[in-house]
Order: sequence, then C-alpha cells, then structure tokens
Amino acid sequence: MEWKLSDDRPIWLQLSEQLARQIVSGVYPPGGKLPSVRELAADAGVNPNTMQRALSQLESEGLAVSNRTAGRMVTEDAAVIDAARRKMAREIITTFFAAMADLGLSRERAIELLKEEGIHE
Amino acid sequence: MSDLLIQCRGLCKSYGRKNALQGVDLQVDRGRIVGLLGPNGSGKTTLIKIFCGLLQPTSGEVLIDGQPIGVHSKSVISYLPDRMYFADWMAATDLFDLFHDFYADFDRQKAMAMCASLGVEPRDKMKTMSKGTKEKVQLVLVMARKAQLYLLDEPIAGVDPAARDFILSTILTNYNEEGTVLISTHLISDIERVLDEAIFLKDGKVILHNSVDNIRETQGKSVDALFREMFRAQALEGGSF
Repeated sequence: MEWKLSDDRPIWLQLSEQLARQIVSGVYPPGGKLPSVRELAADAGVNPNTMQRALSQLESEGLAVSNRTAGRMVTEDAAVIDAARRKMAREIITTFFAAMADLGLSRERAIELLKEEGIHE
Repeated sequence: MSDLLIQCRGLCKSYGRKNALQGVDLQVDRGRIVGLLGPNGSGKTTLIKIFCGLLQPTSGEVLIDGQPIGVHSKSVISYLPDRMYFADWMAATDLFDLFHDFYADFDRQKAMAMCASLGVEPRDKMKTMSKGTKEKVQLVLVMARKAQLYLLDEPIAGVDPAARDFILSTILTNYNEEGTVLISTHLISDIERVLDEAIFLKDGKVILHNSVDNIRETQGKSVDALFREMFRAQALEGGSF
C-alpha cells in the first residue's frame, strides 16, 4: 500500500492511523490476519520498532488482537470497528466545517450546500 | 547479556592541535537503528574508526559488548568504511571468499541473494563497476555478516535517490534483530524513517541524543528540520567573514 508520512508528527502515530483506516475500510477484514511487523515495516520502509509501536497502539484501541499462536488479527468486534469509523468521520466533518468557515460559510449554510450536492449526485 | 552495546565515557581524540572529539559520552542499546548525524568535520568518522579499532583515542574509555576494543569487539563489528579499500582486479565473488575466510559469521548465500536483489552481477570485476555498484557490493559484504554492531559510514552518499531507498530496505530487511546499526550521514531526510534514535554531533561533542519519535513529539518537527535549524544557527553565529 501507499504510506504517506508527514514531517511534523511521530511516525508511529501516522502508521497506526493509516492501518486503522485500512481496517475500517475493510482492506483487512474483521477477524482477518494482519501481516507481520517485519513485512509491514519493509513495505512502509520504516524501522520495525516503529511499526511495532504502531501495532501496539491498534491493540490498545481494540482494533487488533494479538494471538500467541496465530499472530496478530483484526478484531471481530464490529462495534469497535464502527466506533473507529465514526471517530474518523467526525474528524473529517470537523475539518470540513473549518474549511467552510474559512470560505465565510456558516454551519447551516454549509449543511444546506451539502444537502444540495447530495441531491445532485 | 546487558542491553548496553556501546558505552563511551569522556572520549577525546586529537590530531596534533586539532581536537576531533572533545569528551564524547554515549550509551547505545542493542536492537536499535541509530543515526550519527553531524555536519562535515564534526567527528562522525573519527568516532566510528575508534569503535573499529582503527584509531586510538587520546583519552577516555570505550566498551563494545562490555569489553574494550580488541579481538572480541572486532569479531562482533561489521564495518562499512567511507571509502573503497578492495583491489580492483577482484570480482565480488572473490571478495565473498575473502570474507568467508575472515569472518565466521559471514553468510555467503545471503550475500549472493542480496546481489541478485540489488541487481549486481557478482562475477564482474570491481574495476568494471560504477561507483554506485561498488558501494552496493561493499554494503552486501557488510550486511551479509551476522554481527552485533553494524557501523555504516555514509552508506548512501554515492548512489542515486532510487537506489538509496533500495539500500535502506536492504539494511532494514537484513540486519540481525539483536544487533544495532549505527549509520553516519548528513542525508537525514532520506534515512529518518528507518531510525530509532538520532545522535547529533557538533565540534566533537554529542549535543543531542534522543529517539526520533520523541524529537518529533516535543519539537513538532522532523529530525531533518531540527538539524537544519541547529546547524544553520551555528553558521550565522560565526558569520563574520
């Protein structure tokens, strides 16, 4: 996959966000196996310790589960994945309203425009 | 086995009147990838050569794997020098024979596999190879050993940016996981994402030693940006031409 790493934030945090996105979008389905730390690190071109930290973060968020024999899997708990999905959606909405405010559009006006766009689709 | 792989205290090295290292204190753990970063003439190569036993420190102490520099430290260190030292009539396969004789931990099969993935023809003679290809052969020799400490002095300076990524992934996929890799360079942005820790060297002193994630978290900028800031400030201070 394509990894995008920016300069201003810790690398492990960006990796864990991008992996979470892959889980939410179903690239790694619920209950599916995640690639090993080494494979993911090589793919992203990052240090294995950094990737390890990103995966530990996913575990502490409940999105990934570590299994002694079978390696690391995506959680089977649909509620956890949905909560992560909503959290990401809220972040996109916050950014959207901020960008609209920059254009001089109130929240109400922005929502109206959004609805119009939805109808046109 | 202690976690500490490199320990140095009050390390100094003078070349006549010039002080290359002025009291370096450093501790590096096993299983880390560490960037040794500093402008030209900051003492990177001197420090690495002391670890290898190629230079004697003027004063101070170094322990590698708990022991002073000597037979043991040389057997656990795999060193990539900043220049070529091979006879140019040799082919890469001749060098593999040489390394196989010298180092018990040299893995010939791994070396051949790395040549294949780097696109190097191992039967070619060194004198027919481009500068970048020679560097790749040197890297293969160094990374095909199962060492405790890999000392890489400017491993990516001579190759194009596409080959750089390839070389970095070769380092990442081939280093011994209990081993530590120390990479000296001033091309920070290219290697930042593979590093655990960064050491900044300035005028023969360690002025910063921290994890890359900590630097990004506390400074809100990349190691590369921090480096440019710290060393540009230095250039301006001394700016009375």
